[in-house]
Amino acid sequence: MMNETDETITGEIAPVPANGHAEHDEHVAHNVAKHIRGYLLVGLTLLTFTGITVGLSYINFGTQKANVAIAMLVATFKAGLVAAIFMHLWSEKRMIYRILMFTAFFVLGLFFLIYLAWYDPITR
Amino acid sequence: MEIPYTVTARPDTGLWNAKVGIWLFLASEVMLFGGLFSAYVFLRLDADPGAWPHGLLNVPVGTMNTAILIASSVTVVMAWASLKMRKFRAYWWYMLVTILCGVIFLAVKLVYEWPQKFDHFGAFIKKDKLEKYEKYLGNHHLAEKGLAPRTEVSGHLHNKEALHDESVKEYEIAMDPVNADPTNPAMDRPHFLYVPPTDKIATIEKEDVEYANMFLPKHSAYFASYFTITGLHGAHVLGGVIVFTYLWLPVGTKLYKRNPEHLANRVEVAGLFWHFVDLVWIFVFPLFYLL
Repeated sequence: MMNETDETITGEIAPVPANGHAEHDEHVAHNVAKHIRGYLLVGLTLLTFTGITVGLSYINFGTQKANVAIAMLVATFKAGLVAAIFMHLWSEKRMIYRILMFTAFFVLGLFFLIYLAWYDPITR
Repeated sequence: MEIPYTVTARPDTGLWNAKVGIWLFLASEVMLFGGLFSAYVFLRLDADPGAWPHGLLNVPVGTMNTAILIASSVTVVMAWASLKMRKFRAYWWYMLVTILCGVIFLAVKLVYEWPQKFDHFGAFIKKDKLEKYEKYLGNHHLAEKGLAPRTEVSGHLHNKEALHDESVKEYEIAMDPVNADPTNPAMDRPHFLYVPPTDKIATIEKEDVEYANMFLPKHSAYFASYFTITGLHGAHVLGGVIVFTYLWLPVGTKLYKRNPEHLANRVEVAGLFWHFVDLVWIFVFPLFYLL
């Protein structure tokens, strides 16, 4: 098994183009190549902001709530980068956005339940 | 039977099928983790002042694991891009690095982080006995500063038989720095860096203890949510590693020879899952390690 794998990595395999259009393949390859710098930059940004999150947690912003809010803001920014660039949500088909709109609605509802748990109509 | 639309887009959705499939799955995953995170927020906001532990996890190790996961997100997207550019050798290497990153992440979790917790002990003192253990708790000092009182003495349990043997009447604990030097202002908000227990021993009578246990899920709401969320996250990392390994093995090579775009699409959906796992960790890390 290892031999076979070793063989495959010693040289590039020339695959049959998926749709038989070599030109189309080259076009796609060119498009992807353009994005590679972006992927590496996003990776570096994420690593930098991980350091920033750790650093910020040593600073006391007055209240614990303020510290949590700032850390979550940074985390949301990082998560946004992962979703937009690595997961290609920046430019995706409408179908995916539709699915995610439902998800966003219900997950926000889930967090709204926490608020409802404290809402007391009698003593308030 | 040939499964349709593995490579070409379905006319009505504009997408190849697996892409719709993985996003529906990820939508359900958002709800799964969303439920656990909202439970975490609820438990934390409802905890007594000072009762939510702080500084119990090893921040440098957690930071390293975060970096490893981010690096693996980059390598998996590079693996996919390499396939798109029909560079199989580059794909093979990027995928190998991704798999190794996942394995290292899991190993750190299972061999180092979790067992360290299983070996740590905490005893919560009864409210009316707090004064008796003032020298370990430093609550006068905390009250002067307007901080919430401490109720727990933690560290390494010297006489482990005390956990099961009823004839043993006290716990002997090699205390954590926070209990060994409780009036030190540096301990007001305990250290982030993991500091090993001191050799200072506290003797605590069992009858003064409200509740005592190792740092297991039943220790506190904090550890219950920590083990549940990091455990489920770890299971996802394991799942990702298994799928990546499958795609990296000769099975993937064969598919590449037959239809490279099909393999690229498989790597893309597995990658989408992996990025989601990374995204969850981006929230887990500050919530449990830093705040």
